[in-house]
Amino acid sequence: MRLTCDVVVIGAGMAGAACALYASRAGLDVVVVDRGPVAGGTTGAGEGNLLVSDKEPGPELELALLSGRLWTGLAGELGDRIEYEPKGGVVVAADPEGLAALERFAAGQRAAGVTAENVGADQLHELEPHLAPGLAGGVRYPQDAQVMPTLAAAHLVRASGARLSTGRTVTGVLRGASGAVRGVRTDHGEIHAPAVVNAAGTWGGEVAALAGVHLPVLPRRGFVLVTEPLPPRVRHKVYAADYVADVASDSATLQTSPVVEGTAAGPVLIGASRERVGFDRSFSLPPVRALAAGATRLFPFLSGVRAMRTYLGFRPYLPDRLPAIGPDPRVPGLLHACGHEGAGIGLATGTGQLIAQVLSGKSPELDLTPFRPERFGEETV
Amino acid sequence: MTDASRPETSPRLAVIGAGPAGLAATLAAARHGLRVTLVDAAPEAGGQFYRQPAAGLGARRPQALHHRWRDWERLRDGLDRHITAGLVVHLRDHHVWCVTRRRSGFTVHALLGPEQERPAEVRADAVLLATGGYEKVLPFPGWTLPGVVTAGGAQAMLKGGLVLPGRTAVVAGTGPLLLPVATGLAAAGAQVAALVDSADPRAFVRRSPALAAQPAKLAEGARHAARLLRHGVPTLVHHTVVEAHGDQRLEAATVAALDTAGRVRPDTRRRIGCDTLAVGHGMLPHTDLAEGLGCRIDGVAVHVDDEQRTDVPGVWAAGEATGVGGAVLALAEGHIAGRSAAARLSGREPDPRGWAGADRARAGLRRFAAAMDDAYAPPAHWAEQVTDDTVVCRCEEVTGGAVRRAVTELGAGDVRTVKLLTRAGMGWCQGRMCGTAVAGLAGCPETAARRPFARPVPLGVLARAGSADDEQ
Amino acid sequence: MNPLKLAQARPGPAFTVTFDGRELVALPGRTVAATLWASGVTSWRTTRGEGRPRGVFCGIGVCYDCLVTVNGRPNQRACVVPVHPGDAIRTQQGTGHDD
Repeated sequence: MRLTCDVVVIGAGMAGAACALYASRAGLDVVVVDRGPVAGGTTGAGEGNLLVSDKEPGPELELALLSGRLWTGLAGELGDRIEYEPKGGVVVAADPEGLAALERFAAGQRAAGVTAENVGADQLHELEPHLAPGLAGGVRYPQDAQVMPTLAAAHLVRASGARLSTGRTVTGVLRGASGAVRGVRTDHGEIHAPAVVNAAGTWGGEVAALAGVHLPVLPRRGFVLVTEPLPPRVRHKVYAADYVADVASDSATLQTSPVVEGTAAGPVLIGASRERVGFDRSFSLPPVRALAAGATRLFPFLSGVRAMRTYLGFRPYLPDRLPAIGPDPRVPGLLHACGHEGAGIGLATGTGQLIAQVLSGKSPELDLTPFRPERFGEETV
Repeated sequence: MTDASRPETSPRLAVIGAGPAGLAATLAAARHGLRVTLVDAAPEAGGQFYRQPAAGLGARRPQALHHRWRDWERLRDGLDRHITAGLVVHLRDHHVWCVTRRRSGFTVHALLGPEQERPAEVRADAVLLATGGYEKVLPFPGWTLPGVVTAGGAQAMLKGGLVLPGRTAVVAGTGPLLLPVATGLAAAGAQVAALVDSADPRAFVRRSPALAAQPAKLAEGARHAARLLRHGVPTLVHHTVVEAHGDQRLEAATVAALDTAGRVRPDTRRRIGCDTLAVGHGMLPHTDLAEGLGCRIDGVAVHVDDEQRTDVPGVWAAGEATGVGGAVLALAEGHIAGRSAAARLSGREPDPRGWAGADRARAGLRRFAAAMDDAYAPPAHWAEQVTDDTVVCRCEEVTGGAVRRAVTELGAGDVRTVKLLTRAGMGWCQGRMCGTAVAGLAGCPETAARRPFARPVPLGVLARAGSADDEQ
Repeated sequence: MNPLKLAQARPGPAFTVTFDGRELVALPGRTVAATLWASGVTSWRTTRGEGRPRGVFCGIGVCYDCLVTVNGRPNQRACVVPVHPGDAIRTQQGTGHDD
């Protein structure tokens, strides 16, 4: 089978789906190819966090704010189908020192365009009646939102009108005499296109290698806990202030300051732990125990609530903790849209929009310099 | 824990499950040098096959509900002897939700009692998984109505609670369980209006060599068939249930004959009044604990070698968990597993000649089970009976149409993605009831799901689970 | 014939429990599900989505279809939990938790 199109997107996860949607809407003919099903990698093992609250001022926060606006737009057409909930986040601090640090962090975010409202200890329980007593206070972030990531990826691909080819593994990147991309080779024939987008998430480094370039995407393992179905008891995305430190951490050891939230379907989600253990899929009690401990500290009523399941995924991260977004100058026609770590669902829309702007020859609305894929050196694989 | 005859230093094996495989393993391991902790969810040993009436009911003749009672007496007496001798500790009402590996040895994490709120942790040098199986049921319109139960469920309620689901029953589906369920219900006073089996009798003829090699099994089947005749139970072979009828509960079932291709012949549909429909399409192994330990799973069963060892050092498995084959096969596998564990944990290379009899029985019974499994296949086109509005996932009320749309419109190609897109399999039972059906509707092979928690566990328990192990 | 007669059962003294406020006779050792079946009750839960009635399905604690509220404690498997004198069994609706 031989196909011809304008753009091949490798990866039918959230990032690939968003690239397909915005590229199609820019008038391009798109084929999405994935070795597994839709959302078969990190997307299907995620929680669906669309967060601005955990990001310090800088390029990632700008991308999160752009993405948030785009999600709001998509919610109008797809909201119910992707379980979009603009529920807002509440970050809490246990003691006055923690609260002071949190409020300083929030002040910086406000200056960068984030809506962040300080919440006194006496008001916390109006926002979240089941929170533990004795907390020092918190900050409310109305821009934080949630989607069901697998539904979001599937419906964005569908809404894009792109051709979806699942169960098809890319085995090579085709390049012309000048070195420019001219498509991909797969285990079911070639797909010809002048542009290829690497949206392979945690496996983005392998796809880059197929094109002969170095992109050091590494996996960070995360467990998520899911409880029995409950009536709505947790209204926002709620987490403790030390989560921000965890997210930004370079430490290889286990970190867990879980985000706790209710879902439209009833269960409470608690996640995620963060560990660097390579692609180890085996069950491990310590991270899951730490998630449970963190969640029950925030919401004591959860002690008696049953965890029905746990699942794990591998969040793709790059050494400087920023994703790779944009054209790769080493291989004309190759673009990258991967390495978003635990924020990929939220950052996908902005990423897709920026990729589409590059593909259609427009100037991207954010500066892509911090995300440039060649920033880790020219080492060829 | 006191141990009169064996030093505290002798190795300890945790056997999980007190059905035929677990009991045979416990007896063999205890007899050959191990201390055994037998961990089981039920208040009495026996598992599903030898499920005992509740003690409070004072049954003086429980054997009236059972087959192979002498095997049970031998197992029960052996267990009692070993407990008295201090070689075996039997932990009842322990619902195991996870087994974890420590630096040396294992911790079995359980929840106590029927409420399953308080934890218990059991440590051992090795574990033997005899977790058994559960019944597979393929969906059809109306199968969620009260009064529709699994065949094994009707039998379990009868054996354990001495109670019937109703007055008039239809027993339907396929597999060797249907016959004893029908005769059991009839003997206990239910009117069994029909035994409906989708198997084609010609399939048994085609597989006759493997079946004829197990004359005892065939004789058992013949005895059940004679009992059916005595109770006047009409048998409809190569038939299937098409629909269950009723509003708040079951009132009738429509059955129909199958054609040679395994499709329903619409002209043969007939309605049978009943208040009970006991239905089953075979069994599935419980593999959750093995999977959580990282054991290799082949298809839906735990992979074991000739000694019943899994590929994880220190973990053995026996019985239905390693492939469904019935109680007698489970006894042979349990015996071999117990002997192997006893030798290896004592630092000896086991001598398989010591269990040659069990080995022969195992080989023959596995061939028999494979032939039975082929012959008792569900109708080839069962999925055609699942209408778009038939509930497939009972917990989350996901319909056949939703599953099909996930595949045709949203790009799902496997059970996991269907689950994520539809919630089929995300409810309380975690896909145990709908996994086979979802795989069938999605057109993909059935594989064992990953369930690190073999049962729901309170977050308060999870928040402390295994913390003592880390301090070692 | 009935199952108690078949097994020549001599149960301990019967006691009463309530199901949605109605008194039922119960035998010692039986599960909640067996007690309800013996009184002709086949459903004691309504589903979260469609509000449909459910009762025993698998009978061995695997399917969780028979969830019921006993003495105010929701989501108990009726086929596993034994009855005790005076138990207040209630039909469980939805998640079983108060909204």
